[in-house]
Amino acid sequence: MPSTRRPETLAGRSPGAAAAEPLVHARGLRKAYPSPRSGRGGVEAVRGVDLDVAPGEAFGFLGPNGAGKSSTMRMVAAVSPPTGGELRILGMDPRTHGREIRARLGVCPQEDTLDNELDVRQNLLVYGSYFGLRRAEAARRADELLEFVQLTEKARSRVEDLSGGMKRRLTIARSLINNPDLLLLDEPTTGLDPQARHLVWDRLFRLKARGTTLVVTTHYMDEAEQLCDRLVVMDGGVVVAEGSPPELIRAWSTREVAELRFGVGEHAEVAERVADLAQRVEVLPDRLLLYTDDGETALMRVRERGLQPTTVLVRRSTLEDVFLRLTGRTLVE
Amino acid sequence: MAGSVLPRWDMVLRQRSYWAAAYRRTWRGSVFSSFLVPLLYVLAMGVLLGRYVDARGGSLEGAPSYLAFVAPGLVAAQAMQTAMGETTWPVMAMTKWQRTYYAMTASPLAVVDIVAAHLLFVAFRLAVTCGLFLLVMAPFGVFASWWGVLLAWPVTVLTGMSFAGLLHAFASTVEDSTSFTILFRLMVVPLFLLSGAFFPVASLPAALRWLAQVAPLWHGVDLTRMLVLGHLRAGPAVVHLAYLLALSLAGWLLAVRRLDARLEV
Repeated sequence: MPSTRRPETLAGRSPGAAAAEPLVHARGLRKAYPSPRSGRGGVEAVRGVDLDVAPGEAFGFLGPNGAGKSSTMRMVAAVSPPTGGELRILGMDPRTHGREIRARLGVCPQEDTLDNELDVRQNLLVYGSYFGLRRAEAARRADELLEFVQLTEKARSRVEDLSGGMKRRLTIARSLINNPDLLLLDEPTTGLDPQARHLVWDRLFRLKARGTTLVVTTHYMDEAEQLCDRLVVMDGGVVVAEGSPPELIRAWSTREVAELRFGVGEHAEVAERVADLAQRVEVLPDRLLLYTDDGETALMRVRERGLQPTTVLVRRSTLEDVFLRLTGRTLVE
Repeated sequence: MAGSVLPRWDMVLRQRSYWAAAYRRTWRGSVFSSFLVPLLYVLAMGVLLGRYVDARGGSLEGAPSYLAFVAPGLVAAQAMQTAMGETTWPVMAMTKWQRTYYAMTASPLAVVDIVAAHLLFVAFRLAVTCGLFLLVMAPFGVFASWWGVLLAWPVTVLTGMSFAGLLHAFASTVEDSTSFTILFRLMVVPLFLLSGAFFPVASLPAALRWLAQVAPLWHGVDLTRMLVLGHLRAGPAVVHLAYLLALSLAGWLLAVRRLDARLEV
C-alpha cells in the first residue's frame, strides 16, 4: 500500500485536506465498447468527459439510463480501461496502477453482488480479505460497519433472507471495509422503496458529514439534490452542464415553475395562448410547465385569460427542470 | 484490465477465505460421493462386468484383468467430470447469477488473480476426488506399485486441469447454462465412453480413434494406466504429459482472456 495513504478511520479525515489534488481527474475521457459481432467500431458510451472531484466532496452524475454514467463510473473504479483521453484516480493511472487504486476505493455497484450463501458478517470478512486485512482487523471493522448500517441484529442471517434495502446497506458496509479514500455509489437507491431509500440516504449523509468523498450516479433528481455538493448532467455520453444544484437551477431554470393540467390533448394549444406569460413554456404529455420567477402572478394572468386548468401547482425549480431544459426529456421515463 | 499477464501470488492467496467458505458448504456431500461413486463403478464395471470380459479373454493393452484395465481409466474420466462440475456452473454463478467475480474485481484483485485462485481450487478438488478414487481402488489389488500410484495421482489432477481452463473459458463466454447440458451430452459423455477407459481405443474405427486421441482424456487415461499398472513406455508418456500440460496452460490463458472480456462489458 502506498505510503501516501492518510491514517483514517470511519470517523473520517479533517476537511483541511480539501486543497489537495483532485481524487478524480479526467480530460477528454472516452469509452467505446467493441461491437459484439465484429469486435470493433461498436458503441461509444462516453464521448469526451472532463471531471475533477476534490477530496471531501460529494460529486454526482445525473442522467437518464444510457447517458454514460455507469461506463464513466466503471472507468473511475479502475475496472474498465478508458479507450481515450486522460484519467487519473488518487493521482494514479488506472491503466498501470489498477490494483493500487482499487485498494483505496469503495465500490457500491448498481446490482448487488453479495454472496447469497454466506451470512451477512461473513460477506464483510471475506471481502476484507481481498484487501489484505488481517482477520482480527476485518472482524473489528465488520462489527463496526454492521452497527453503522444498522444490521448488527442480522449479522448471522443469510443474505438471501434480507430485504432489498438491507442488502443495499450491507453492500455499502462492504464497500467501506477497506476505509476507502473515495466511495463510488452507482445508483445507490434504485429499486428501493421510499422508506429504505431514506435509510440509505441517512447513512450516506453521515459518511459525507465525516468527510468521506462520494461519487454518486443517479437518475433521481431528488437524490442528486440531497446528496451532491456538485454534479454533472450527462446525456448521450457527454457532460451537458456542471455545477452545484442551486447553481444549475439558477443557470438553466427560473426561480419558480407553475404546473398546469388541462384536459387531455389541450396542452399544446393552451401553450400558445400563454407563451408570453412566462420566460419559457414546456409541454409535457400530461401538463404544462410555465417557467417564471413568480408562479402565482403567472397563474393569475392565465386565469384572467379565461383558462381554467383542472389542477395547478406552483413550486420551486428543481434539477428535473434543469434536466428537461438541457435534454428535452424527463429523467425517469 | 490490461497489464500484468502473471497473477500476483499474494493476491491469489487473499482469496483462500472465499474458497474455504465455498468448500465448507459442500465438502461433506462431495467427500461422500467421492467414495461412493468410485466404489459403485469399480464394483459394477470392474468386478462384475470384468468377470464376463475376463472369461472371454482378449488383449487389454497388457492389463492382467478387466478390473485392472478399467479402474485407472475411471479415475481419469472422473477427473474430467470433476473439472466440469467445478468450472461450468460455478463460473456462471460468479459471472451472472451472483456476480461474485464483479465484486472481486472491485478490490485489488485482478482477473489473472481471480482465475488463478479458481483454477487452483479446481486442482485441489481434483486432488481430493482422484486421491479418494485411488484409495477406494487400493483394496482391489490392481496397483502394480505404490510409486506408480503416487505418480498417477498428480497425472489425474493434470488430466482434470487440461479440461478446467478450457471449460472455465467456455463458461465465461456463454450466456445460458443450457450450453452446459449440450456440452455434457456432446463432449463429456462421448469422451467418457470413447477415450479408452472401458476398452482399448485400438478397437475403435480409424476416424473415431483419431478423434479420441486428439481429446485430452485419452492421454490422461493412457498415462494413468501405464503408471498404475507399472508398464511405463517413455516415449508415449512424454507425449501424454506434454499434451496435458500444454492444454492446461492454454486453457488457463484462455480463461483469463475470456473472463477479462466478459467482465469488461
